[in-house]
Amino acid sequence: MSCKKSTHWNRRTVLQTAGVSWLTSLATGLTCAQESSRDQRRPPKNVIVLWMQGGPSQRDTFDPAASAQEDFSGGVKAIKTSAPEIEIASSLPLVAEQMQHLSVIRSVISKEGDHARGVYNIKTGFRPDPTLVHPSIGAVVCHQLPGKSDIPRHVSILSTNRPGRGGYLGDVFDAFQIGDPLLPIPDVRARVSQERLENRNSDLLEVVESEFSRGRLSNLDASKTLHQLSIRRALKMMTSEQLKAFSVKDTPQSVLTRYGDNSFGRGCFVATRLVKAGVRCVEVTLGGWDTHINNTAAQQNRIRILDPAMAAMVADLKADGLLDDTVIIWAGEFGRTPKLNAVGGRDHWPHGFSVVVGGGGIRGGQVIGQTNPTPDISISYKTTDVVHPVSIADLHATVLKALSIDYSQELQTPIGRPMAISEGTPIEQLIG
Amino acid sequence: MKLTTQAVLFVLLCLVVMGALLGSAFSTQHLQRKVTGIGNHHQQARGFSEMVAEVDHQFQQRWKEKELAFAAPAGNLAVMRRASLALHGTIPSLEEVTAFVEESGYEMTDDNVLDRYINYLLMDRRYSDYMSERLARVFVGVEAGPFLIYRRRRFRLWLSDQLMENQPYNGLVHSLIASKGVWTSDPEVNFVTATITQEDGGRPDIMKLAGRTSRAFLGMRIDCLQCHDDRLGTIALDLNDPSENSLQSDFHQFAAFYSQVNTGFSGVHDDSEHYAYKYLGDDEEVIVPPVVPFYQELAASNGTRRVQLADWVTNKNNRAFSRTAVNRIWAIVFGRPLVDPVDDIPLTGPFPPGLESLTDEFVKSDFDLKHLIRVITSLQVFRVDSRADFEVTEDHEAAWSVFPLVRLRPEQVAGALNQAASLKTINADVSYLVRLQQQNEIDNFVKRYGDTGEDEFEDRGGTVTQRLLLMNGNFLQHRIANGSNTPGRVAMITQDDEDAIRSVYLAALTRTPSQRESLYFLMKFKQQPKNRRSKLIEDLFWTLTNSTEFSWNH
Repeated sequence: MSCKKSTHWNRRTVLQTAGVSWLTSLATGLTCAQESSRDQRRPPKNVIVLWMQGGPSQRDTFDPAASAQEDFSGGVKAIKTSAPEIEIASSLPLVAEQMQHLSVIRSVISKEGDHARGVYNIKTGFRPDPTLVHPSIGAVVCHQLPGKSDIPRHVSILSTNRPGRGGYLGDVFDAFQIGDPLLPIPDVRARVSQERLENRNSDLLEVVESEFSRGRLSNLDASKTLHQLSIRRALKMMTSEQLKAFSVKDTPQSVLTRYGDNSFGRGCFVATRLVKAGVRCVEVTLGGWDTHINNTAAQQNRIRILDPAMAAMVADLKADGLLDDTVIIWAGEFGRTPKLNAVGGRDHWPHGFSVVVGGGGIRGGQVIGQTNPTPDISISYKTTDVVHPVSIADLHATVLKALSIDYSQELQTPIGRPMAISEGTPIEQLIG
Repeated sequence: MKLTTQAVLFVLLCLVVMGALLGSAFSTQHLQRKVTGIGNHHQQARGFSEMVAEVDHQFQQRWKEKELAFAAPAGNLAVMRRASLALHGTIPSLEEVTAFVEESGYEMTDDNVLDRYINYLLMDRRYSDYMSERLARVFVGVEAGPFLIYRRRRFRLWLSDQLMENQPYNGLVHSLIASKGVWTSDPEVNFVTATITQEDGGRPDIMKLAGRTSRAFLGMRIDCLQCHDDRLGTIALDLNDPSENSLQSDFHQFAAFYSQVNTGFSGVHDDSEHYAYKYLGDDEEVIVPPVVPFYQELAASNGTRRVQLADWVTNKNNRAFSRTAVNRIWAIVFGRPLVDPVDDIPLTGPFPPGLESLTDEFVKSDFDLKHLIRVITSLQVFRVDSRADFEVTEDHEAAWSVFPLVRLRPEQVAGALNQAASLKTINADVSYLVRLQQQNEIDNFVKRYGDTGEDEFEDRGGTVTQRLLLMNGNFLQHRIANGSNTPGRVAMITQDDEDAIRSVYLAALTRTPSQRESLYFLMKFKQQPKNRRSKLIEDLFWTLTNSTEFSWNH
C-alpha cells in the first residue's frame, strides 16, 4: 500500500521546508542544472547512495522486532511513520516523517558475509568475480546517462575505502573522492600563482608533450593516453563555479544544524547541491556500523547521526523538486544477526536484511518482504525464514529500471566479453 | 666578542652540516664501487645469446609475415627506465644513471651496460620487495582478508625472501598449495587462509582456492564451470579435442583436491573430509573425487590431496604451469602480457612468438625466475625504441615491433615521483623510518590515484582525478616545493643552467633534453634573475612530472 498523501505536514516538516527555500535560491544559482527538474515527463537521472559502512543492523533501524524477546529485539522499540504500513525503530523519528517517500526492502539476501566482498556485491550488483571488476551503480548511471559538467559526475563523500569504481567501464567512471565538506576539496587548488601555472602548462604542452609525441601513434592523446585531455578538464574544473557545490562555507548554520552539523550531515547536504549541479551519483559514507560487541549502544550512536541527515536530505530534495529526479539508496554491505551474541553484539548477516530506496521512479511508502523476528540462526540454510527474498541483482535492476535504464542490456568488457548491466528482475511493486 | 664567537661557530656548524648533506646527497662512490663489481656473466653464459637470438628470430619472422617495420634499438637510458620500472617499480635515480652511463655516454646503446644494470636491479632488495607485491596480488589478492588467521604482510615478506634467494618457482608454488602450519610462522599457508570467510566456520573456501589455483598457476579461467557446463565452448580442457565442451564436473573434481584442507589450533592441516556436490539438474549430492582436468598421465597418487595437486601443477611436464609463469613475468616486465588476458591461455594454442621457447628455457633452468627475467630483458623486443621513423600504428605495438606505450601502475607513478625528487637512490641504505614514512605516503597516493587491484593489465588512458593529484597534490608538492630542498640542491650542485636542466631531465624522465627543449629552457632560465633559479628548477620538476612521458612506460 502506498501513502496517497504527497506531504505530511507537521511542525518539523514546516521547519524543514522553511530552510529549503534558502537552498532553492542557492541551487538555482549553480550552473549546469540543464533541465527543469519539475518536468514530469523526463525520467529521473540521479542517484544518492547513503552508504552505511560496516553493516547496519536491520533490527536497530528499518526492521525492528519490538515484540520479540530482548536477546532478539535488543530492546529496540518501533514507531509509526508517515507511511501507514511502515513501522521503523523509534530512534529514527525524523526519518519516520519521510517514510511516505521511501520504501523498505526487508528481505534482501546475499551470499557475501565478508566486508570487502559484501561492499562489492551491494555496490555493483554482482558477486566478486576474479576475472572481471564490475562497475558500481554510480559508474553505470554515469555511463548510461551522459551529461556535461565541469566537475566529476560521480562523487564519493567520506569514503575511507572502497568508493564506487568504474570497473570494466574504465577508471574515468571512478568516483571523485572528497572528505568532510568543511575541508578544502582535495587537489583542486593550484599551488602557484595563476601566471606561474599557465607558464608551467605552456612549457608542458608546447615543449615537452610535443617532443614526446614525435614518432609515435598519430593522434596519440585522443586515441590512447587521454593525458592532455585530462589536464584540460582538470584545469577547467579548478576554476569552475560548480566547485561551490562541494562547499558548505556559505551555508547558514541553521541549515547545517538540521542535518546534524557533523561530517555525514554536511555530506548529505552537499549531495543535494551536487545533484543540482549536474553530478549523476553521489555516495555519502557513514562508517562504524560493524558492532560485534555492545551492538545496541553502538548502533544508536550511528543512528543519532543518520536520522537528522537522511531526513533533512529527503525533505530538502522533495521541497526543491529534486526528489523526482533522484533515486535514494540507503544500504550497507549486509545486515546483522537477528539475535544478540554473548557480548551483546550482532555479527554479519546477509540472510535477510534491510535496504531503503526512494525518490526518482521508486514508489514510496512500501514494504517489501518480511523476516522472522526470532529465527534459528544456527541452521545452515538461513533464508527459509525470509518472505519474498530479494537478491542484490534484483535490487539493482529495480533502481536501474526506475532510472529508465535498460538494465538487461549487455555491455562489452575490455576483452569483448558481453556482460549484462544487471542480471536481476525489478521489483515491480516499487516502480512508480 | 662572545656573540661574535657564537656566530662564527654557528656558521661553521652550518657549513659542516651542509657539507655533510651535500656529500651524502651526491657522493656516488659507494654506488660506483657496487656497480664496478657487477658483471654480466649471466648473459655471457653458454647458450644464453643463442636462446635470445632464437626468440628474436621468431618475432622477426612474425614482423616479416605481417610486413611490419621495426624500430631501432632504444638508448641506454630508455631501457634502464623500463627495466627499473619493471623490476623495482620506480625509475632509476640520478645517482644510478650517473653511475651506469657515464662511461658509455647518454645517447649510446650499450648492451654490456644494460646487462650489468639488469643484474644490479636483480641483486637489490627492491627487486624482491616490488615483485613480491605484484605476485601477491595474483596469489592472494589485495584485500585485507579474514582477521587474525590471514597475514598478508607476513605472506608478502616471505614471498620477498623467496624471490631474493631466487628459490625455484615450482617449489615456491608447491609450498603455497600444499603447506601446513600457522599463518605467522609458516607464512605460505596464508595462500589458503586468505579464502576463509566467517560463513565457512574456519574452513577454507575450496571454490575460491580452485579458481585461484587455476588462474594463477595454470592460466585458465574455469570459474564459470563452478555453476554450469561450458555452453559457449570457450574453455578447452581436452588436449586431444579442444572443441569438446568442458563440464561442471571438471571444476568440482579439480576443487576436490582442496576438500580436506582445514584450520585449527595447529594451523592449516588436512583431514579426511569428502567433498559432496549437487550438480546442476541433479536431485542429489554426489561424492566428488579429486581428478585433474588435463594431463591425467602426470597425476600423482602419494601424499595428501593437496600434495598430489601441488605435484601435478608444478610437474615439469605441465606446460600450462610453466607457460603461465612466463606470461605473467612477461606482463610484469612489459606492462602487457604476451597472451591477453594474462590468466587465460589456451591449453593447445596457438601461441605467440617467443612463448613456447621461453617456456622451454624456464623449465630447463629449473624454474629460475631471475634467469627468465634476464632472458626477457635481453630480447630485441625489450630493447627496441618506442618511437620510430616510420608511421607507428597499433599493429606495430601489438606485434612488439616497437616498444608498446603502457600506462604506469599507480605505485609506479608514486615510486617514480618519490625517486625523481630524491636524486639519491632510495634503497635499503635509506633509514627504515624514512622509508616507512614514504611508503605510507605512497599508499595514500595510490588510493587516491585509483588502485588497479588485481586488474593489472588494462589498457587505459589517464583521468582527471589523476591529473589533479599530480598537478596540485601534496605528494609532489612536498617533494619539490614546501619544505623540500630538492630544487635548491640541484641549483647548488650543478655547474650552470644547462647542467641543472639536464639533471632535472635525468632525474625525472631518465633522459637528456632534446636540443629544442634545452634551448627553450635555457632561454627561460637566462631571462630570470639568479635568485629565481630554484623556482625555475621547481617549475621544471613540475612540468616534467606532469607529462605523458612521466606517467607512461615507453
